[in-house]
Amino acid sequence: MSDDPILSARGLTLSFGAIPALLNVDIELYLGEIVAIVGESGSGKTTLLNVLSGHLAPRSGIVTYRDPDGAPHDVHAMPSPMLRGLQRSDWGFVHQDPRRNLRMNVSAGGNVGERLMAQGARHYGDIRAQALDWLEQVEIDADRIDDLPRTFSGGMLQRLQIARTLVTHPRLVFMDEPTGGLDVSVQARLLDLIRSLVARLGVAVVLVTHDIAVARLLGHRIAVMQRGRVVETGLTDQVLDDPRHPYTQLLVSSVLQA
Amino acid sequence: MAYVAVKGGERAIRNAHAWLAEERRGDSSVPDLGLAQIREQLGRAIDRVMAEGSCYDPDLAALAIKQAQGDLIEAVFLLRAYRTTLPRFAHSAPIDTAKIAAARRISAIFKDVPGGQILGPTYDYTHRLLDFELAESQPPPDAPLAAPDPSPMPRVHDILGREGLLEADGPIDAEPADLTREPLSFPAGRDVRLQALARGDEGFLLSMGYSTQRGYGGSHPFAGEIRVGEVSVEITPPELGFAIDIGDLTVTECQMVNQFKGSKTQPPQFTRGYGLVFGFSERKAMSMALVDRALRAAELGEDVTAPAQSPEFVLYHSDNVEATGFVEHLKLPHYVDFQSELQNVRRLREAVDQREAAE
Amino acid sequence: MQGYNFAYLDEQTKRMIRRALLKAVAIPGHQVPFGSREMPLPYGWGTGGIQVTAAVLGRNDTLKVIDQGADDTTNAVSIRHFFGRTAGVRTTTHTAEATVIQTRHRIPEEKLREDQIIVYQVPQPEPLWKLEPSRVETKRMHALADYGLMHVKLYEDVARLGQISISYDYPVMVNNRYLMSPSPIPAYDNPKMNRMPALQLFGAGREKRIYAIPPWTEVRSLDFDDHPFRPINATQACGLCGATDSYKDEVITDDRGGRMFVCSDTDHCEQRRDAA
Repeated sequence: MSDDPILSARGLTLSFGAIPALLNVDIELYLGEIVAIVGESGSGKTTLLNVLSGHLAPRSGIVTYRDPDGAPHDVHAMPSPMLRGLQRSDWGFVHQDPRRNLRMNVSAGGNVGERLMAQGARHYGDIRAQALDWLEQVEIDADRIDDLPRTFSGGMLQRLQIARTLVTHPRLVFMDEPTGGLDVSVQARLLDLIRSLVARLGVAVVLVTHDIAVARLLGHRIAVMQRGRVVETGLTDQVLDDPRHPYTQLLVSSVLQA
Repeated sequence: MAYVAVKGGERAIRNAHAWLAEERRGDSSVPDLGLAQIREQLGRAIDRVMAEGSCYDPDLAALAIKQAQGDLIEAVFLLRAYRTTLPRFAHSAPIDTAKIAAARRISAIFKDVPGGQILGPTYDYTHRLLDFELAESQPPPDAPLAAPDPSPMPRVHDILGREGLLEADGPIDAEPADLTREPLSFPAGRDVRLQALARGDEGFLLSMGYSTQRGYGGSHPFAGEIRVGEVSVEITPPELGFAIDIGDLTVTECQMVNQFKGSKTQPPQFTRGYGLVFGFSERKAMSMALVDRALRAAELGEDVTAPAQSPEFVLYHSDNVEATGFVEHLKLPHYVDFQSELQNVRRLREAVDQREAAE
Repeated sequence: MQGYNFAYLDEQTKRMIRRALLKAVAIPGHQVPFGSREMPLPYGWGTGGIQVTAAVLGRNDTLKVIDQGADDTTNAVSIRHFFGRTAGVRTTTHTAEATVIQTRHRIPEEKLREDQIIVYQVPQPEPLWKLEPSRVETKRMHALADYGLMHVKLYEDVARLGQISISYDYPVMVNNRYLMSPSPIPAYDNPKMNRMPALQLFGAGREKRIYAIPPWTEVRSLDFDDHPFRPINATQACGLCGATDSYKDEVITDDRGGRMFVCSDTDHCEQRRDAA
């Protein structure tokens, strides 16, 4: 594990018309850690995620990704095919709505195997075996491998999306409210799964959530956003147990009262 | 000058019609178009007007085409309106297309078939080069005659069906619905869908069929068989108690063989699409068969993703008389409705102005 | 034929087509848009192939035209007559004698040579069209070599049916870079495309695309290592010449299920019968 961050951003600024979405945001991410970005809706956290993952260009600022050789790359200056290649192999993106990232008319096995085939896997038996293995890891019944995702529950769809994303062992994963919209018990199971997978694979994760409890459970470090700015950042437990910024204090206290 | 309310709508309409009659006649030194000429020499226009007019009468179709100055949808409209006035005195037996006296019969799925591949008077292999010799009225050279071939002409579909390769056709004993008597409602059975397609606009069906070939709901179609020819129409008058032949129709029938359905456990079979139209109307019959198959998507367990697969989209918009009526009705005065819109927009803009003035 | 240039198209149009062909040859398997013209034959009946042939045909060429492998099918006859009238070139039914071969849906059985050009008529140039109807999307996929859609389709076939179920227009990978539609030739013909000595040109008139495979280029049919590409053909020998290694047509002989199998390549069949 290198001492340099796998992903770092400096001075990210972006507005949507008159509305400032990001104001001079800095953030860093190291291999093996989960950074949780929390804030209410409108705080800019999803915009930040989209800028970090190359889906949205900032008006100013730079996002730097370090490849496995340690070489730095400006995410928004790299050629589109290279970025697309990264997004399909070394990177992963888990959407809040799994349907956005799954092929709903392709079987579970096909969904999981696709990234393997995109990387050149050409042995059907091996592809299927890896798909089966991953379904097991995300706790989906093996006999669902040929079923279409439209027959899956919300929680299963999310787990299938995770399998599809992690099958190529990406180094960096972006997650946008991965447990949003799911029942509380389903959420808990999913969070456990994410935590153990991430720990085992040594992945770096940027996780966006409005839910402090999710941040506390998963995040090693936390960045609190309010109206486009990062107002506080640090180790999760330290920040949440002893919040300095008034907004962080507000967020934390509202959870305690609930 | 002060505004004076305009009167004289009736006179204006009369004058418009008189002008229309002049336009329709054109230069009077040019001979008047005879109905027989239209019927004999514009046969494809006649066929289209009969098909979409839902009325098989070449002479009436010729009159409608003349009266409409060649505007075929207008001619269809005339024929349909006339049809409304006709009493219905009998139902015929279903025509038996297996007994078509085929002027043309082709199959694209086998190189040769019993009964042969018969080209008929087709445009297919003409080169689309304007033939200026047609401008002179010269009689065409005689086409060579052969003795009629008595060999049987079994349906190509039956050949596939014998091996179980083609899905069976649906049941044929129930009474079909009648769109000219009852309104369209959904879910629409196949009989209703086919009837709507048979009288639907050729251009619309052509585009819908084409879209299925380009990926918007495709089904890998093959032209299993196309037959064009005369078939007899029979009725059984209650007084007689037996069937009598009351005349012949020329029809074009197209059977499309489409994407098979099947799985590891269910042996695959080809599926069907059907088209049947009055006259020599291959483009329409083929398009109809493509759209018929597309509309069966839900019934065959396929994803409905494309316009051609949506029964409501296709059937509500396939009737060109309905369509032209509604599209062209926008020419009718709408100034009362528009006036209220105008006031509405003015008021909204005032509100914006006031808000901006306040800031 | 009065009033028309050699091979119908004017020289500027031919130049435009040849420029597209050059681009196509330089990027094997990549679809090049071109300004397809309205021709006297309908779209879907070979206008793309005709335009390509018209652009490369010279006075000293010998032209063969086949449809479904046969010289005497109505459309082949029609196209051959077209070039007879507009170009006056020598025509032939013998594959070995031709310098330019225009074909619909088959590759001749006879191995083609370096001095020959084969022009394929293509109805649907986009190999991904059944999976993604939007051309904007498929253009992006080709640009980024993002062929996941096709991969999953093959996977699904094996998962559901136990085998890849594509029988014609079987997608190929050209020069290890572009996914290409070989046109609706039977999968049986795909291996002939691999490292073919002749120049292969593809014309889609209605869709307005040209593409090409230069001689000796690698063309691989998509498959899995453990479900390798397996071309389909009738097992029966030809009822006329006895050939077992040519692609067969099934001909229904009576209405009681009688049938025979004959070589689809009529020239090949005839040569075999003459030699016997």
